Amino acid sequence: MENRFHIVIVGSGPAGLSAAARAAYYDRHLRKRDPSRSFSHLLLESFDKPAKTIQRYQKGKHVMAEPGFLSLRSDLEFKAGSREAVLQRWETRIQKAQINIRYNAEVVKITGKKGDFTISLRSGDLVKASNVILAIGLEGNPRKLNVPGDDCPAVQYTLDDPFAFSNEQIVVVGAGDSAIENALGLAKQNTVSILNRRDEFSRAKEKNLTAILAANNDPSKTLTCYYNTSVKEITKSSTNAGMYTITLNTAEGEQQMECHRIVARLGGIPPRGFVESIGVEFPNDKPDAIPELTSQYESNVPGLYIIGSLAGYPLIKQAMNQGYDVVEYILGHDIKPADHPLLALQFKLLPYVKAVDDLVELFQQRIPMFREMNALQFRELVIESDVLVSYEEGVLLDDAKKEAEKLEQRLAEQNPRPKTSKIIKAGDYIYRDGDFTNSFFTIVEGSVDIEPADQLIKRTTYSRGQFFGEASLLSGRPREGNAIAGKNCIIVETPRRTMVKLMNSNDEVKKGIDLIFIVRALQKHVAPKIPVAKLSAFAANARLNTFRAGSVIFSQDERGDSLHIIRSGSVSLSRNAQNEDIIVAQQQSGRIIGEMALMGDPVRRETATAAVLTETIELSRKDFMRLVRADTSRIGSLQRNASARAINLTTMESRPEVGSVMQYLMDEGLGEATNALIIDEGLCIGCDNCEKACAETHGGISRLNRASGSSFAQLHVPISCRHCEQPHCMKDCPPNSIHRAATGEVFIDENCIGCGNCETNCPYGVIKLAYDAPPKPGFWSWLFFGKGDGPGEQRGYIPDKNAKKKGKKAVKCDACMDIPAGPACVTSCPTGAAARLSPDQFIDLVEKR
Amino acid sequence: MHDNILKYKSARYFYITLAVLFACVVIYASQGGRQPANGGTWQGYTLGVWGAVLIVWLTALGLRKRSYRSRLGTLEGWVSAHVYLGTSLLIVATLHCAVQFGYNVHTLAYVLMCLVVLSGFGGVYVYMRYPSLGARNRANSSREELFAELHALNDDIRQRAANCGGAVQDVIESAIDRTNIGGGALAQLLALDCSQLMLREGRNRTSAVSSTVSNKDQLAVVDFIAKRIPRGSKKDDAANLQELLTRLCRRQTLLRKIRKDIQLQGWMQVWLYVHIPLTVALLFTLAVHIMSVFFYW
Repeated sequence: MENRFHIVIVGSGPAGLSAAARAAYYDRHLRKRDPSRSFSHLLLESFDKPAKTIQRYQKGKHVMAEPGFLSLRSDLEFKAGSREAVLQRWETRIQKAQINIRYNAEVVKITGKKGDFTISLRSGDLVKASNVILAIGLEGNPRKLNVPGDDCPAVQYTLDDPFAFSNEQIVVVGAGDSAIENALGLAKQNTVSILNRRDEFSRAKEKNLTAILAANNDPSKTLTCYYNTSVKEITKSSTNAGMYTITLNTAEGEQQMECHRIVARLGGIPPRGFVESIGVEFPNDKPDAIPELTSQYESNVPGLYIIGSLAGYPLIKQAMNQGYDVVEYILGHDIKPADHPLLALQFKLLPYVKAVDDLVELFQQRIPMFREMNALQFRELVIESDVLVSYEEGVLLDDAKKEAEKLEQRLAEQNPRPKTSKIIKAGDYIYRDGDFTNSFFTIVEGSVDIEPADQLIKRTTYSRGQFFGEASLLSGRPREGNAIAGKNCIIVETPRRTMVKLMNSNDEVKKGIDLIFIVRALQKHVAPKIPVAKLSAFAANARLNTFRAGSVIFSQDERGDSLHIIRSGSVSLSRNAQNEDIIVAQQQSGRIIGEMALMGDPVRRETATAAVLTETIELSRKDFMRLVRADTSRIGSLQRNASARAINLTTMESRPEVGSVMQYLMDEGLGEATNALIIDEGLCIGCDNCEKACAETHGGISRLNRASGSSFAQLHVPISCRHCEQPHCMKDCPPNSIHRAATGEVFIDENCIGCGNCETNCPYGVIKLAYDAPPKPGFWSWLFFGKGDGPGEQRGYIPDKNAKKKGKKAVKCDACMDIPAGPACVTSCPTGAAARLSPDQFIDLVEKR
Repeated sequence: MHDNILKYKSARYFYITLAVLFACVVIYASQGGRQPANGGTWQGYTLGVWGAVLIVWLTALGLRKRSYRSRLGTLEGWVSAHVYLGTSLLIVATLHCAVQFGYNVHTLAYVLMCLVVLSGFGGVYVYMRYPSLGARNRANSSREELFAELHALNDDIRQRAANCGGAVQDVIESAIDRTNIGGGALAQLLALDCSQLMLREGRNRTSAVSSTVSNKDQLAVVDFIAKRIPRGSKKDDAANLQELLTRLCRRQTLLRKIRKDIQLQGWMQVWLYVHIPLTVALLFTLAVHIMSVFFYW
């Protein structure tokens, strides 16, 4: 048999199979004309079956076809279904499509160059190839736990059949799709705990995300999710023979758990040694770095192409599309990638006459931070973002608007409706001071002016390649200053969800954003006049700290050598007097604490404790001094604030009762609130008109329970939404239907699927799932004829057929954002007992007590 | 933030009411000459119309309270204005009739109006005072929590009573079963306590016949247990009874709290049962008064 091929594909996963199927398609056509022709392609598989990774999925696993908005382009069929169904279809197709596959052919070495590659197999055979497609995936090289005891027999990195184990205590480690699927499979006949290092399952596919959270919410399922939890060590159990003790680092400190088995699904590490031996270069030394590729998947070794999860794309559909595309590219056919139409729509109204691919490349080149990303990941980022384009008032703007309208009409009936470029006028506000939006902006073209709310800071102009909006993205605080679109600018607006995913998976991007956040925080608080380049050096020295709720940032009486700028969260300052801790102040994100120790007396006068999960930027004394010496413009106001604070805190210390009220509010979690309902019990007559008003303005279902919740010092905090700075409910909403209005209200839109995640995630119990309430008799027929129960929620109403069909949906307070007079609970209180307050008003509130 | 109805917006409606009253007095004082001051002069009519408008507007508070999407200011503002302008009605109506009374529908309307305003004063008093009294009485608990505490305490007391012999157990059971909270309107408003207790007859309370005695404020049951403490026959008896007594006293305090809460809440509601029906009666008489005045014309 001729051992020379035009294309050799290594690995028969979805990417490799799809590539081989495309190559086989051309081979078939050639052989139709000339039956004596031999194959021009070869697919090498080290296993005795195709798609080893999928073969190793657990039995009956439901294979998903994400992302939904992308269409499949392959000679192989693929749609969501069971593992067996997917594999069977492929195996039949391998026969029918006459794919030239060689099983049990493990590749050990690849040498040579384009047109003349030599591939050595384990058997000693040599295969010659003009082009090589590497589609070997990552699964062969699972990431290890790397903790003491991870070599014990209880730890496994794969799971073939979840039904092989029953009645065991099993710990699954990981937050990706395989971890979730294993956990769900095992939970049917075992008690399962799944450990997630982070506080949400941001990497998982939507269906898995819904399933795992539903299982966690379901009291009948023996599955529990642990967030912010990692493994510390594994030891043999001292009490139960045959069991192991796993020590965890959790949000509440160390915790131990007994288990029979630990299934770690932490993803794979690229088989880097092998890939590098071919001559492929990686951008950095990180174990999960992805080789640099052209948009046609060609590596720095000409003729060597890399696709699939090794190229940084772990989704089956995308991998299959890549397999198809890469063969087309090798054969010299000029085709567009499958996501091309989506991007084309987003770029449609830009003032460029350029191909979509060139534009994507241009975008990525223009934004330094995104250069670190793989081209494919960047494409996805753009697809999930909005592209804003500004025009100066005039003919161009009018034309663009007309064009946009036409496009709008054309796309109106498509579901999900694809995104298109957004037209804005030069000089329009992109966001305004105080808006609660939290998306992230990068400038591709033109410039954007940031008009600061603080007079001391100059108006800044950000231009091509720079980004803005990171402060609200990270802290959840409202926007500071106005962002105004310049002439002819093009801006990519990326939603928070996508950015969080990106920052979790790409350290370069995370570092870049963190650094600029610190620079801008220093600029705002300490040295507004020092140029950014110089501040970057200071920023690199500043430390980013994370404090769990209740942990101490610094203690009273210790020597303070640094100040903290609160990046997110909320901090309580307390003083100890006569062995009693008295809260003297509460500081929100965006404020400075501990600067007093750097001005004058170095001894800390207060203990600072994180009220909720808090991040701070710590600046050392040395750097602070150098900064204020270099730029003296802030020193005056820093000193003035410090003096005012000294008086304020000391006054508070002498009034411990005020501090105890503040402590109560913080204990109620109001440290992270932006707008909370607080009832003065000294005025409340218990008429429940607030609840009635809530029900009457929200489809007959009250989102407020006045009598519930706790009271202290004649203040009552009922169970009602606080519109948190970083809303817990917004995490893990599968249809992404919880939003924050620019004015701060957190609300749920019509797309709610009633999964209950938000209800579970809300620590304050303010969200409930409810059927639509049936219509009830009107006000006058109640008043004059006594029909119905009158205003308010009907107790124990029975939902009608339509409501049942629609199912329960999550309902929560939206602070009556659609009612011009303001929140109905407040405007309907006859005695002025109900007020909605922001944390800035708490101090006035407690001082009145 | 959290201002009461009298202080609402720095007592804005108090000053507005003063100004309106001043105008009314000026109008009244301009009477004289051929006709003495009375409801029939143009000044009298003006004051009468203003009074009638006020009454209708004051009644409309019931509508505003239930117009939850209203853009016409906050309900608290309305209530504040309602209180001040409602009070002014006493003066406006008196000026309108120029203190001419008789046994007729006109005076009836005046009297009803006075009763409505006076009952309103009662309302203002309870709204200003009782919420704080209630909050202080409940001491950071809600009524639901007080009841939950009571139920837990009942269970605890029952369990402990089981260790103290049949006689004690029977008395405790009956004391818990026959504890009375709330009741009719009067019982709620006066915090009447009709709790009872079944006591066996005879010198040592051992007879098979038992009778019902009052257990008002739980005094009887507390007394019964307290008396038994020094007479315990076994070693643990006194200790068990002492524990029981502690809990019974705690329960007594809790019951007082609950009754007081119900009482205060009752007063905050009951005045409306006077205020509203009187208002309706006033509206009717007012209509008759206005119509009959046209017959005189």
